[in-house]
Amino acid sequence: MIYLDNAATTLHKPPCVGKAVLAAMGSFGNSGRGTHEESLTAARVIYGARERLAALFHCPRADHVCFTANSTEALNIAVAGLFGPGDHVISTDLEHNSVLRPLYRLRSQGGAVDFVPADRQGCIDYGDFERLLRPGTRAVVCTHGSNLTGNLLDLGRIGAFCRAHGLLFVVDASQTAGVFPINMEQWGIDVLCFTGHKSLLGPQGTGGLCVRGELPIRPWKVGGTGVHSYSETQPEAYPTRLEAGTLNGHGIAGLYAALGFLEETGIDVIRAREQALARRFWERVHGLPGVTVYGDFSDFERAPVVTLNLGECDSAEVSDELTERWEIATRPGAHCAPRLHRALGTEEQGAVRFSWSWYNTEEETDTAADAVEALAKEAR
Amino acid sequence: MREKQKKLVVTFRTTAGAMAMEEACRSAAAPGRLIPVPRAITAGCGMCWAAPPESRAAIEELVVREHLDVDGLYDVLL
Repeated sequence: MIYLDNAATTLHKPPCVGKAVLAAMGSFGNSGRGTHEESLTAARVIYGARERLAALFHCPRADHVCFTANSTEALNIAVAGLFGPGDHVISTDLEHNSVLRPLYRLRSQGGAVDFVPADRQGCIDYGDFERLLRPGTRAVVCTHGSNLTGNLLDLGRIGAFCRAHGLLFVVDASQTAGVFPINMEQWGIDVLCFTGHKSLLGPQGTGGLCVRGELPIRPWKVGGTGVHSYSETQPEAYPTRLEAGTLNGHGIAGLYAALGFLEETGIDVIRAREQALARRFWERVHGLPGVTVYGDFSDFERAPVVTLNLGECDSAEVSDELTERWEIATRPGAHCAPRLHRALGTEEQGAVRFSWSWYNTEEETDTAADAVEALAKEAR
Repeated sequence: MREKQKKLVVTFRTTAGAMAMEEACRSAAAPGRLIPVPRAITAGCGMCWAAPPESRAAIEELVVREHLDVDGLYDVLL
């Protein structure tokens, strides 16, 4: 199997990740629930993961890295915990449903949301943020990179807009964390939401949010924390504030190991390799008759994603044929990105997404390009 | 039971605060270890740092230098 669905989850992980999870399952007590060695072993590794994440994202404090199951949970916590009736939020058409649905729910509860539109290449006009600003605007909530096209947003520019107007800045880094440099302090990101199982190369069930400063995020989940046991309310201090219940210590141990791998290998090295593979594929397929590639490829500083269609073919059929004939795993359909599919004009057809990771090869990439070429000929 | 001795006890608001303390003390070769919070102290976090009383000045300096999230410092018979 040639696995090219890494934007959904990375299948291949560094060997140290699985070993760390297995070791944790045989040695971890419950972090923060005692001072015996088993509990402390778990707590040390979890704190070590907070430190590595804080360093990676330039989050000022390791104790403001809060763990969740994934970025969807983190985004729900941020949106529901920061905004309410009367608040206006600006977002974009590039968003995944993990951003859209919490915002649509906010709107149904008396909040207001506007979206910066995307054009047919999935690009936005940054001037639209200014145009959508109104009294009551509290924040911008947006992705760093589109899971559908791989287009990036200029977070430094959006962060400057937020600072100029006193807005909070909440970022979904699901597609970029672990591959692209992210600087919360420099870009003025107040809340950075990430998932562990994609480019961070960790296990599924890990993710979190990094909070800059003492932002009063209302926790939606309250309960056991191992601290302030006689208080009737959730402790206010981070990260406990947002971490009721036992953490996924075993998964976080895997994430900790994955972060070590990223540090040793270097995310610049990883990004260069993934981008080179995506570019190699794009150069083979983008000019083929009947092939439509979506997104802005004028600059290859983009997430390693190439999404395409063959004529009017159903993307689901194309993806299935890639699996059946060439054993290539891709993702067809809507990719949980309904607004961007509408902007690209692919709401009915969907599209076939190819996405790379550190573990893909040139040979796999060439086989995928050969397969697209063959299918494109057959489709004509 | 063990014979009681005077100890310096440092408490924290969160487990993360306690872990940061342990890491900072290990790096600075400061004495002590994490123990359950004794009942004489009301603290948020269920674990605290117990150290010899004579290390108080060094630990106070470490807390300030490393911006450690400390709830309180106590002299306790343990």
